[in-house]
Amino acid sequence: MGTATTDSACVLDRDGLDALVRVLRARGRTVVGPTQRDGAIVLAELESAAELPYGWGVELEGGHYRVIRRDDEAAFAHSAGPQSWKNFLLPQRVRQWTADRGPDGELTVRPERHDPASYAFLGVRPCDLRAIAIQDRVLTGGRHKDDAYRARRDGAFLIAVECTEPGATCFCVSMGTGPAAGPGYDIAMTEVLDGAGHRFLARAGTAEGADVLAELPHRAADPATRTAAHEAVDAAAGRMGRTMPPVDLRALLAGTLDAERWNDVASRCLTCGNCTMACPTCFCTTTEDVTDLTGDHAERWSRWESCYDLDFSHLSGAGPVRASGRSRYRQWMTHKLGTWHDQFGSSGCVGCGRCIVWCPVAIDITEEAHALHQEALDKDSPS
Amino acid sequence: MTAIPLPYRVVETRPETADTVTVRLEPVHEALPPFAPGRFAMVYAFGVGEAPVSVAGILPDGGLLHTVRAAGAVSRALCALAPGAVVGMRGPFGTGWDLPLAAGDDLLVVAGGIGLAPLRPLVQAVLAAPQGHGRLNVLIGARTPDDLLYRGELDGWARPYCGITVDRPGAGWRGRVGVVTTLLDEALFSPAGTTAFVCGPEIMIRATARDLLHRGLAPDRILVSLERNMHCATGHCGHCQLGPLLLCRDGPVVGYERAEPLLSVREL
Repeated sequence: MGTATTDSACVLDRDGLDALVRVLRARGRTVVGPTQRDGAIVLAELESAAELPYGWGVELEGGHYRVIRRDDEAAFAHSAGPQSWKNFLLPQRVRQWTADRGPDGELTVRPERHDPASYAFLGVRPCDLRAIAIQDRVLTGGRHKDDAYRARRDGAFLIAVECTEPGATCFCVSMGTGPAAGPGYDIAMTEVLDGAGHRFLARAGTAEGADVLAELPHRAADPATRTAAHEAVDAAAGRMGRTMPPVDLRALLAGTLDAERWNDVASRCLTCGNCTMACPTCFCTTTEDVTDLTGDHAERWSRWESCYDLDFSHLSGAGPVRASGRSRYRQWMTHKLGTWHDQFGSSGCVGCGRCIVWCPVAIDITEEAHALHQEALDKDSPS
Repeated sequence: MTAIPLPYRVVETRPETADTVTVRLEPVHEALPPFAPGRFAMVYAFGVGEAPVSVAGILPDGGLLHTVRAAGAVSRALCALAPGAVVGMRGPFGTGWDLPLAAGDDLLVVAGGIGLAPLRPLVQAVLAAPQGHGRLNVLIGARTPDDLLYRGELDGWARPYCGITVDRPGAGWRGRVGVVTTLLDEALFSPAGTTAFVCGPEIMIRATARDLLHRGLAPDRILVSLERNMHCATGHCGHCQLGPLLLCRDGPVVGYERAEPLLSVREL
């Protein structure tokens, strides 16, 4: 058996993928990956690689998602599904601490113990790999760290699978996040399906990734597989379904706060918040303080929150700062593409297209960005 | 001490107005790191929730004063606390008033309503080290004479000027009536060498800053304390955004050169 290192690629067959799940589970990890369930490709715990969505693809458009049968047995030829990895790294509800009030009014606060599952994420798309890095920066990159997030994140083993089948709503090329995997993975794979068979070109990004690869049945990467893998990823880059306008999006959003287009999109937006739930980087949470029936035991929970909620900007005595749907859609989009740079040093958008797919009225962030760009151009050079 | 509240005991409560109370808190065990004027704590009322409250007094023994106006569920619970009650405290958070920026300058401290609370420890710091700056002017606006905070202390703040004006005079009020900016004519300062510290309702902040700019103060010498919804105070919950700013981290005290373009956009 050869030794895979961080700078040498190897090739796995489907039995290598089976072994990968087995080895990770034997190492005590909870393996999570895509599987076909309830008419969608969801992320769920996998007991074996047989649960991967072999032969399934997806058909995507604004407000439209269908799983479709492919005419091959590809496991990873589907783009982003309804969930993202934040469902595991930043769960929808997290208890932060519990508190008890004693008979003399004494307050005892007990921090929540962070003893998370040791995850292995199988099939992290390059856009989602970047999304994880972005949430890392938000939650652990500043002065204050979210220790619970960090514990979940530090324990997670990431197996990226490069994108060879972008969806009609994808625009990772515009956002510079794919279709090739950037840094941050333990193992990166590229799926190859051609006359020479179904196989995965794999490379390790960390020592642990190399250890795991070394345990799998594999062979040295042959030139034909390397070439086929690179060509598949290159071809994917040319088949993006969407683009962003080729401008500095941060400047575009900062300069169009009073654009007419916001009224247009506000007339369509339901302010339902689906885009924020599906977005792999949206991180906003609210806190819930609860007590039991005795009134002497209290808990603090954090829960996903959406900037589309009217209460999100509520000020006691003054009401919501962002009362109109227009201002709430604007907040979401300007934050995602613009002010995220100011706050956290990068864009908050990775081009995965989820917000387009899961918008019930098919609002398309790329279309809105193009419209803002066009309005800005028209304003600069009135005809 | 930013994630888990530390227990602090209410050792004294002082009603300021009909709806506003100043509570004095002392750590039950461990104290939070030192506060500075303008910074805030997340104060937890047991089982009800947390609210961001600027520090209104920093006591040498580790105690803290907070002035709370009953406006929402948490602040109502805090106002109802009796001595002996225990609250949870996290902090200190946020930017403070940058007093060193004002070294040698005349000072304009301009407060509207409860906005005087975060300015009180600043005034006290100035009074404690009067050699570091020029003239201290405190300009206070309140809704009615009954809404004035810290009434017993104000006389000592006129170094040289402390003015009060109210929106609606009650019976027997012989003082000024009108918005707080009308006091600027009485204040003693030379605009080119003045730093202003402004806190109050947003409309009052904007009106004050506009007047100060008109009188020749530089925008970055007008420091304003802003308010947005806030849940975590650690930059993770997203609620306190004001455009590019996270006010729990980049505020609440912000230079007006940054605040002005943001406050001028409706519903930002």
